[in-house]
Amino acid sequence: MTAMIQTDALTKNFVQKQDFAGKMAAMLGARSPAREVQAVNQVNLVVNKGEVVGLVGESGCGKSTIGRMIAGIMEPTAGRVLYKGANVAEMTGEEEKSTKLAVQMIFQDPFASLNPRQRVSGIVGEAPLMHGLVTRSELDGYVDETLLKVGLDPDFRRRYPHQFSGGQRQRIGIARALAVKPDFLVCDEAVAALDVSIQAQVLNLFMDLREEFDLTYLFISHDLGVVEHISDRIAIMYLGRLVETSPTDELFKNPNHPYTQALLAEVPRLDQRKRTFHPLKGEIPSPIDPPGGCYFHPRCPHVFDKCRKDAPMLKEISPGRFSACHLNDKADV
Amino acid sequence: MNSSSATLEVENLCAHFFTKSGVVKAVDNVSFAVKSGEVLGLVGESGSGKTVTGFSILGLVDPPGRIVSGSIRYKGEELIGADKERLRHIRGNRIAMIFQDPTMTLNPVLRIDTQLIETIRAHHDTDANTARAQARDALGQVGIPSPEERLKCYPHELSGGMRQRVAIAIAFLNKPDLIIADEPTTALDVTIQAQIIHEAQTLCRESGTALVWITHDLAVVAGLADHICVMYAGRIVEEGSADNVIDQPMHPYTAGLIGSVPSHNQRGKRLAQIPGSTPSLLNLPEGCAFRTRCGFNDDTCLREPKVTHPAKGRSLRCFHPVSKGQAS
Repeated sequence: MTAMIQTDALTKNFVQKQDFAGKMAAMLGARSPAREVQAVNQVNLVVNKGEVVGLVGESGCGKSTIGRMIAGIMEPTAGRVLYKGANVAEMTGEEEKSTKLAVQMIFQDPFASLNPRQRVSGIVGEAPLMHGLVTRSELDGYVDETLLKVGLDPDFRRRYPHQFSGGQRQRIGIARALAVKPDFLVCDEAVAALDVSIQAQVLNLFMDLREEFDLTYLFISHDLGVVEHISDRIAIMYLGRLVETSPTDELFKNPNHPYTQALLAEVPRLDQRKRTFHPLKGEIPSPIDPPGGCYFHPRCPHVFDKCRKDAPMLKEISPGRFSACHLNDKADV
Repeated sequence: MNSSSATLEVENLCAHFFTKSGVVKAVDNVSFAVKSGEVLGLVGESGSGKTVTGFSILGLVDPPGRIVSGSIRYKGEELIGADKERLRHIRGNRIAMIFQDPTMTLNPVLRIDTQLIETIRAHHDTDANTARAQARDALGQVGIPSPEERLKCYPHELSGGMRQRVAIAIAFLNKPDLIIADEPTTALDVTIQAQIIHEAQTLCRESGTALVWITHDLAVVAGLADHICVMYAGRIVEEGSADNVIDQPMHPYTAGLIGSVPSHNQRGKRLAQIPGSTPSLLNLPEGCAFRTRCGFNDDTCLREPKVTHPAKGRSLRCFHPVSKGQAS
């Protein structure tokens, strides 16, 4: 079976632009060290058809960058994104166009991601019209239909984004993505900016749409509670690398990587009262200057010599579960 | 509640905003009390008035907003209408506030040490060196590595989590009797959030500081608070001990909120959602403000629900309390 979306050693480096002082120094012959940030480092991620994969990590770990590269709005530095087995970067003509439409993205901030000067009918209807999915005469009906699908009143068609609440705006963003009939959605923190009760409504909408249109999701979030609820499989990222991928049930029952264990232990839960928090020491290191070996080793409670020297590879530890930790090798020896 | 032992008592507080389009009753008849060493969770969604409640306690409500009526007593002393000098003495010294956005606390053009030392010397007659040592210890206390070097940093040189921890260190500096924390961890990652909650817990346990933790996140409050007040459209709709409110919510809104938390539901199943969205405070439904979103709504709800005490230590504003087992 070919995967719906597969990334092959996907890497993205950001080079810091030189400021004025830097340029002057370079002109005067100073050796200018280009400061490079490895936002995403050799990530191999597979999303099968019909699956919801949760991508979890703390801020700055590169999860949004992966989402953007998969959605095709950012070029990878190295590596490939495969859509149904074909390399997206090598596509041309019709194939390229249909792939771009098939993979759509939903953004975090429903206030920044909608054009404030465009009416809802334009936001939702522009893309399908431009791509010839509907004719101009069918457009109004099509927009109404799409708005209904996401639980919005078609009478809102003539309104501007500022006339809506946060939850409704997020629905407009979803309608815009659905209007071009995608089969893969990248949801980048799509419910993070919403209130709890509205968040529940939007999560329910995602689950309904998945069933109705047979959609596949990459669900990017820092909120493990949300991801646990909606995902079939979860991938955990730390500082640009995948550290663990596992089916949701098994991950929560038996987290393998020490970072996953720490994350799970710190998620606040309704059923825990008056608990004492035992926080993980330290902070995420800067990606400009990551520690050697395993990136997690300065904060890891089980660190040993090998962790400081070699970066662990993602290895299959049981069927369908992968973890990048030297402790797994240690157990074998 | 024994009034003499309460660090903070808020009684029938009303803070209204007089805008062109009408009077916004952001805080409407709110009463609660916090004792020394106690953690009160003030829970509500955006626009519920929880932040304005926190601002009122410190006298930070600016025009067009005004505290219309009510009483705020710190250790028995009335704060509403207290003279400026007295408020200056109390704020930052006996009562401290942590804001959601640490950039609101920190001055971007001053170094961290200047800001910390200023906070100490504004209230205590200490020499600069002692104050500096205290500032360094305070940074260490909130888990900032190499505090001596960090003292020389400007706020922009620190990460978001670090900045919030500096803001918290400033709040803790004078060992206040009361801390108002307004969504202090909302913008932070889980691991940093756990660190900050840990510091707050330690402070409450060790120095008996009372804490008002304002948040929209029920799960955080469940693990931290002794007592919970749930706010909706400017009013406290339900109050009680953390165990009672979360295990046996009586107000349909509380029950709905708890049902909306993903980890409380079975994986992959639809979440129990509250229909609709928070009404505009300018245009609240008549009677119970939650009426239009409530499943138990009937004609009685057109009247305004009064505060009732269905059980010891609990209060409620609802005609149709959810009984045990009914809440999903």
